[in-house]
This record gives sequence, structure tokens and C-alpha cells, in this order.
Amino acid sequence: MAVCIAVIAKENYPLYIRSVPTQGELKFHYTVHTSLDVVEEKISGVGKALADQRELYLGLLYPTEDYKVYGYVTNSKVKFVIVVDSSNTSLRDNEIRSMFRKLHNSFTDVMCNPFYNPGDTIQSKAFDSIVSTMMVQAC
Amino acid sequence: MADEALFQFLHSEIIQYVNSAETGESENGRCVSKLENMGFRVGQGLIERFTKDTPRFKDELDVMKFICKDFWTSVFKKQIDNLRTNHQGIYVLQDNKFRLLTQLSAGKQYLEHAPKFLAFTCGLVRGALSNLGVKSIVTAEVSVMPACKFQVMIQKM
Repeated sequence: MAVCIAVIAKENYPLYIRSVPTQGELKFHYTVHTSLDVVEEKISGVGKALADQRELYLGLLYPTEDYKVYGYVTNSKVKFVIVVDSSNTSLRDNEIRSMFRKLHNSFTDVMCNPFYNPGDTIQSKAFDSIVSTMMVQAC
Repeated sequence: MADEALFQFLHSEIIQYVNSAETGESENGRCVSKLENMGFRVGQGLIERFTKDTPRFKDELDVMKFICKDFWTSVFKKQIDNLRTNHQGIYVLQDNKFRLLTQLSAGKQYLEHAPKFLAFTCGLVRGALSNLGVKSIVTAEVSVMPACKFQVMIQKM
């Protein structure tokens, strides 16, 4: 269960960012912004093994004391960032991968929507509901 | 296969429609750019769907090869016959039997109408490349139908 989910465009501005409202949103915006640097570093991957380069899933970007940040890049250079609570140790890699898969599928549907102009913020209700299923339910 | 004909008919109708909407235009410049823009948006969406599961591309040449093989196969059920490059940002994609032109003629008849039929595909390629991070200008030329050449000029940012 994620605490914050963000979709960032090719030009590094947010297309969609949503976090659990109980905690400061600004902090999440900041975390996602700093994670972009790590993503860039992983994509450029100088000196990394070729196998790493071909994957879309980037894995754990960096852990902070409260949160863990995971990243994923599509072939169209759109980045997905998921922030999860560190205390939630039961989340396995496979579950994070499947969350990204769902996000990617949902994003592809948004892209194919004729009413969506690439580069605009995502306002699709369907996308919203997919994201809601993956976020920690605020009580 | 039935679905191939569907797209061809729809494509011809789109061209007819855009053409008739431009009454009084002596040159069909606007018609061609409208079709190209349509192709652009479609190309962007298509690429998002097609590259969902493919691994990341190594470089520009990899991207062009993807367009020539997988992309062309998905849209036109065949691959590009010949890809040439000068390694300085210009690629020429040659299709000897372009699907959207086979119904027009098998020689030089109707040559002046051919650009309209290629505009949508030019936009398709441009949109696909743009979504993969490659800014380009795509033009098409045809001398003997149904063979045609698409020229892609990569714009360095």
C-alpha cells in the first residue's frame, strides 16, 4: 500500500501526484522531486551491466528513515514513483512490480483517450480509481 | 484478414472528408497538415501501447529498427523493406508495397493524389518517434506506386 504515487512527464514536471492527505503533501512533493535525480542516474547507467539497462522497473531508488521510494520508467520516458511506508515491511518486490504494471496499463489507457492531450495533467477518473486502490486508505 | 481492410477504408474516408472540408483551396497544403497532425496523436498513443512490455531502447538506431519492424508490422502487417541512414540523423525507410497505396494504382496513375495518402502515415511515424524521445521531421515521396520512401530527419535539440 503506497503512501504517495506520482507520474512525471518526460520533461520532468508532474502529470499526476497524489498522497495520503493526513501527512504534509509538501514533504512528498519534495521527496518525489529528489528521487528524479536518482532515476536519471539509473537511466544513464554508465558502466552498468547491459541487463539492468533493458528493464523498465528501476527498483528501490533510495530509502529514507520513514519511507522507501521505488521507481519505474516507461519507454516514452514517463516516470512513475511510488513512496511506501518503511514500517510496512510485508511489501515484497513482486507486489511493487505489479503495482507499477497496473499503473502503466492505466496510464496507457489515459494516453489512448482522445480527450487527453499528452503533456496535460491527468484528470481521468478511471486512473484516479486505480490509484486509490493502491494507496493506503486514510481513515 | 478483415481488420486490415477496415483501417484502409476508414483511412480513405478520412482523406475524402478532410479534402471536402477544404472547399476552395487551390493547393491541398492544409489538408495534408491536418492529416499529419491526426497521425501524430495516433502515433503517440500507439507507441505507448506497443512499448509497454518491450525493454528499453539502447539508442536512436534501435528506435528506428523498432519502427521498421515491430511498429510497421503491427500497423501494416509487414515490415519496412529497406532502411538506410547516413549516420548523421537522416533515415530513409523504403516500403516497396505500401498497403495504403496498393489500391490506388500500380504505376504512375494518380501520382498527384499520393501525398494525401501518405500524410497520415508520416504523422504516425513522427508521433511515434516523438513519444520515444526523438524529435524529427518526416516526409514522404513516391515515384512509382505502390513503392514509397519515408525520409526521417532527426532534429538535434
